[in-house]
Amino acid sequence: MSTLAIDKAGPSRKVKYGSMSRDRAWALRWSYFFLVLFAIFFLTPPIYMLITSLKSSAEISAATNPWWVFHPTLSNYVELLTSNQFLRFFWNSSIVSLAVVLVTMLISVPAAFALARMKFWGSATLATGVFLTYLIPDSLLFIPLFKMLAMVQELTGITLLNRWYVLLFIYPTLTVPFCTWIMIGYFASIPKELDEAALIDGASWLQTLTRIFIPVALPGLIAATIFAFTVSWAQFLYPLVFTTSVDQLVLPVGITTTLIKGDVFNWGQIMTGALLGAAPPLIIYAFLMDYYIAGLTAGATKG
Amino acid sequence: MADVVVEQGQAVRAARARKPTSLRNVLGRKSTVAFFLTLPLILLIALLVLYPAVYSVHLATLNKSMQKFVGFGNFLFLFKRDTFWMVVKQSCIFAVTAVFFKALIGFIVAHFVHNIPAKGQRKWRGMLLVPWVIPPAMSTLAWLWLFDPSYSAFNYTLSFFGIGPINWLGDNVWARFSVILVNIWYGAPFFMIMYLAALKSVPDQLYEAAAIDGANWWQKIWYVTLPMMRNIIAITALFSLIVTFANFDIVRILTSGGPLDQTHIFATWAFKVGIEGSDIPLGASVSLFMVPILAVAAIFILRDVSKRGNEA
Repeated sequence: MSTLAIDKAGPSRKVKYGSMSRDRAWALRWSYFFLVLFAIFFLTPPIYMLITSLKSSAEISAATNPWWVFHPTLSNYVELLTSNQFLRFFWNSSIVSLAVVLVTMLISVPAAFALARMKFWGSATLATGVFLTYLIPDSLLFIPLFKMLAMVQELTGITLLNRWYVLLFIYPTLTVPFCTWIMIGYFASIPKELDEAALIDGASWLQTLTRIFIPVALPGLIAATIFAFTVSWAQFLYPLVFTTSVDQLVLPVGITTTLIKGDVFNWGQIMTGALLGAAPPLIIYAFLMDYYIAGLTAGATKG
Repeated sequence: MADVVVEQGQAVRAARARKPTSLRNVLGRKSTVAFFLTLPLILLIALLVLYPAVYSVHLATLNKSMQKFVGFGNFLFLFKRDTFWMVVKQSCIFAVTAVFFKALIGFIVAHFVHNIPAKGQRKWRGMLLVPWVIPPAMSTLAWLWLFDPSYSAFNYTLSFFGIGPINWLGDNVWARFSVILVNIWYGAPFFMIMYLAALKSVPDQLYEAAAIDGANWWQKIWYVTLPMMRNIIAITALFSLIVTFANFDIVRILTSGGPLDQTHIFATWAFKVGIEGSDIPLGASVSLFMVPILAVAAIFILRDVSKRGNEA
């Protein structure tokens, strides 16, 4: 604000401003030039996916210009969307991702509320611990988890390995810590007068959570939901390790293991499958971009 | 973060002290409610994160059939293998190079997006974040096809410039280059978004003051932008270091570690040894070698995050 006043007061300001705007025009042109270059780099693979998915296998193996479709066809899409196997992968992925979102929210929202608002013994340590858990990668845990599942299976007789439902227990380890962490941030930013007023009016803690915190922190809740969904949808390592039968696979593993038959790569179908597999996150992103980005940046800026 | 929790906890306690607590039964007591609200979280973390982490240390001390305790036998075995040292070297090259270029490209792109008029920024930002949104397993398949030895779209394009066919995934050096390139492509948009958010939080007055003092654009970046963004750069880079170091999808799909194990990193080699080679203890030992680097990065992140919390 104060600089604005100085701006107006400075007599030589006009001249300076003229040269700055000329500089800025050039900076703008360069910015657009480089942005176009980077956009080409960033968008080449998805566009190439689309181009290949519209080609017949004859056109792919004829060494024509790979960047252009001469005889567009939807046969790859028709073939995949009528294949029971592919629909099975899609169905498994959807069920797993939606259920994981639900489980994640049921665990992380109450926990975040307790950690943000109710001070109890060890709450600060637990909040830090949750953040640290988020930093433990899947590639560190897949071997012990595999052995643990095998042991539980032996002890109880319940089949866990090679079943898609085991992913419902495993995926929350990836989603819950981050969702709890960003929900703590959102809950802590709610003015405490709100919940004090609710407590004075005689609301219980649970009522304070459901009637005040969840509605007020809804943008955070949406961001956390999107995060949980995209992480579960994209997860590759755990399903690759824990499931092997074709009817138990989720989409990423299904496409990479079944569409590649030996050394024969049916690239038209692989690209179509990959594009269809990328579609749900892309559609969510297209419609809820602001929430998506809020969730992305919240991890480091909130809290 | 911790300070916020403490402060609000005390405020709530003060508010509750005015109320007659004797009317509440045990179930209504704050600590009891809090315990039940966090119980699922604690169980999940304890059973499926902490227990496996400790269990993998135990696993690493067993022999292949998991019948006999061998102490450090697996580690000593690994130290004697050339492949292991190659994996260590490749993991470090992979992670450091990829994170450096992700940070650099992310910083440059964020600057360009920040430069253009505000109403166009949303469109560009939306377009440039697409690589991060596509599941990495899916987009790596597209890269695999772009790198394809016989129908490579890259080689087709390069042939117009007279550059001979490159064996992208078959040659040692090029295969290493390729996995790093794909990782940069996937991760740079994340840096871009983080830096863009940080750039927007730098007050314009600082740039105006710098301009009045006669600073050129480079001096503005070096003396204003970088110091203001130091914390967010550190957090993002350390976080990305963890994720990149533990990467699995990209290397697995692109090269499966080949040619001749040259591109294996810890995660893919642990998978190959532990799951495909069914030597679970050896696989666990391999993945445990990630822990020291992850721990150091995690400590620094935690320090920076709590520093941010205190500043705010």
